[in-house]
Amino acid sequence: MAQERSPASRLFANRAFLWACLVAMNLAVLVLVVLLVSIFWQGWDTLSWKFITNFASRKPSEAGIAAPLWGSVWVCAICGLVALPLGVGTAIYLEEFAKRTRFTRIVQTNIMNLAGVPSIVYGILGLTAFARMFGAFGTNVDEAIEFGNSESLWYIRLPFGSSVLAGGLTLMLVILPVVIISTQEALRAVPSSLRAGSFALGATRWQTVWGLTLPAAIPGIMTGAILAMSRAIGESAPLLVLGGLLLVFNTPENLMSDFAILPLQIFNWAGRPQDAFHAIAASAIIVQLVVLLAFNGVAVLIRQKLQKPLQ
Amino acid sequence: MPRTFTTIAAGILASTTLLAAAPAQDMKSLKGAIKIDGSSTVYPITEAVAEEFNKSASKVRVTVGISGTGGGFKRFCAGEIDISDASRPIKKSETDTAAKAKVEYVELPVAYDGLTIVVNPKNTWCNSLTVEQVKKIYSASGGVKTWKDVDPSWPANPIKVYSPGTDSGTFDYFKEVTVGKDGSIRSDMSVSEDDNVLVRGVSGDENAIGFFGCAYYFENKDKVKSLAIDGGSGPVAPTVDTIENGSYAPFSRPLFIYVNKASAARPEVAAFVEFYLKNAPELVSEVGYVKLPDAIYAKVSANWNARRTGTQFTTPAGEAVTGALAKVYE
Repeated sequence: MAQERSPASRLFANRAFLWACLVAMNLAVLVLVVLLVSIFWQGWDTLSWKFITNFASRKPSEAGIAAPLWGSVWVCAICGLVALPLGVGTAIYLEEFAKRTRFTRIVQTNIMNLAGVPSIVYGILGLTAFARMFGAFGTNVDEAIEFGNSESLWYIRLPFGSSVLAGGLTLMLVILPVVIISTQEALRAVPSSLRAGSFALGATRWQTVWGLTLPAAIPGIMTGAILAMSRAIGESAPLLVLGGLLLVFNTPENLMSDFAILPLQIFNWAGRPQDAFHAIAASAIIVQLVVLLAFNGVAVLIRQKLQKPLQ
Repeated sequence: MPRTFTTIAAGILASTTLLAAAPAQDMKSLKGAIKIDGSSTVYPITEAVAEEFNKSASKVRVTVGISGTGGGFKRFCAGEIDISDASRPIKKSETDTAAKAKVEYVELPVAYDGLTIVVNPKNTWCNSLTVEQVKKIYSASGGVKTWKDVDPSWPANPIKVYSPGTDSGTFDYFKEVTVGKDGSIRSDMSVSEDDNVLVRGVSGDENAIGFFGCAYYFENKDKVKSLAIDGGSGPVAPTVDTIENGSYAPFSRPLFIYVNKASAARPEVAAFVEFYLKNAPELVSEVGYVKLPDAIYAKVSANWNARRTGTQFTTPAGEAVTGALAKVYE
């Protein structure tokens, strides 16, 4: 038992802790504010509609980000559309359906470990599995098996090569463990008394999951999705391994299109000798922030649409 | 989207003079894709050429990646790409891989990059260094701790050494001309992959010394002071002229493109390479590098027209050829 302390010293400790927390919060916010202000300071003037719609140029005043911007949007959209159903499905199975066996424990441990694997390793996996498909269809892109007209939206070829589809699937591998783990945490946070009540009323497991557990877990799942997408949009290492490009004069037209991505373009401009390129690198960072907010906005919308308050 | 693009493309076309000397009508009818990958040092040149080429041959899809010289050659020698950007000549091991995959190639030097050795502007004692002194400062065995160790008449200030990342082609070239292939560079340096960080480092430290590509020096002449280099015949300062005529030695390095011979049979690739060689002298200077002497460009064009394959930096016996580009391309 701790010794009884005077009211004054207890109040002092209380106030000291409050101040420590305030300092911590302000430091964290300050760093972010300094970063944002300096980026906007450098990049705001060169940000224009022309910058968004132009393709790359050796002249900073004419250079634009049309190709990397739409490349990033396509790749991240594919990544999110594939990773969310797969990740949430896996988590629901592991949490709600699967019995605790040695097998599920092994799966669980592996998912935890995968979350810590450096993203470049996923790049190598993506290159082998998606871009080259283990060489099962030959190594030359000209020998690929094609479905549909190469100019139509539904054109597919095997192997995928360094296309937006291969890029999106590779990023999907990177964020999948994060989505699974955060969904599991969200499902675990739903009180088990609710499930018990549902079963008591005669609902099946599927009815319980779809009508009760999943809606209650949506906020947590979407928070995980936001974090995962933020990571996906900033990744460049795995896509560089995949054969990611820097200079493309087309925006993606279908799943097999070549693509460039924003982080790589920003990195390249920031490393150029000319100051004017550093300014447009900052402009590109602003655009990337907007794209990130847009993707997260979609997640927030889904959260509000699907969330049902517990009654 | 397509409509916006056409309007913009038309706007650019109207506002810029075309650099192409080839008949515009022929260029317009060209189709297909050209895949380029390799060095990020050569990238600005290829970007400039591709940009201009795209204006006259808009149906050709040119794509450029930056996997690095080694990464580019890996894909090039497997026949995956048409052109490889390289900041060093192809190595024997890469030539062997290419031969195995039956990939023949044409080697085309396109520009010079002059490695510039710089100090802080407040450094009043040092204006030039001999190659021996540079070697002494940077080698692991040199044991240089202060400026006095380099020249007894200089102050005993501790020397602060900056260098580009050890994976970069810039570092490789510097290492080869100073300590040689088997020597080793000192490990107690401030290293950065971003040359702008080196510029900032040297400009903020009176006792610093560093090196990087001349493009970074030309952009930051007010922040750092370049040193003249004495390669045996008196100190020579790095300028566009001395780098081009080869008197700034041995720190001028050539930059290359390698073209797959099988790809060169395709009209769009042939047109692109011809466009590259024709416009290189102008575009190279625009993006901050130094053009080759006209005589070498003529020789390079002749090699291209004859589709002369193989590298001139490796003897048939497999030994590496070193020396100035002008000598190799005599």
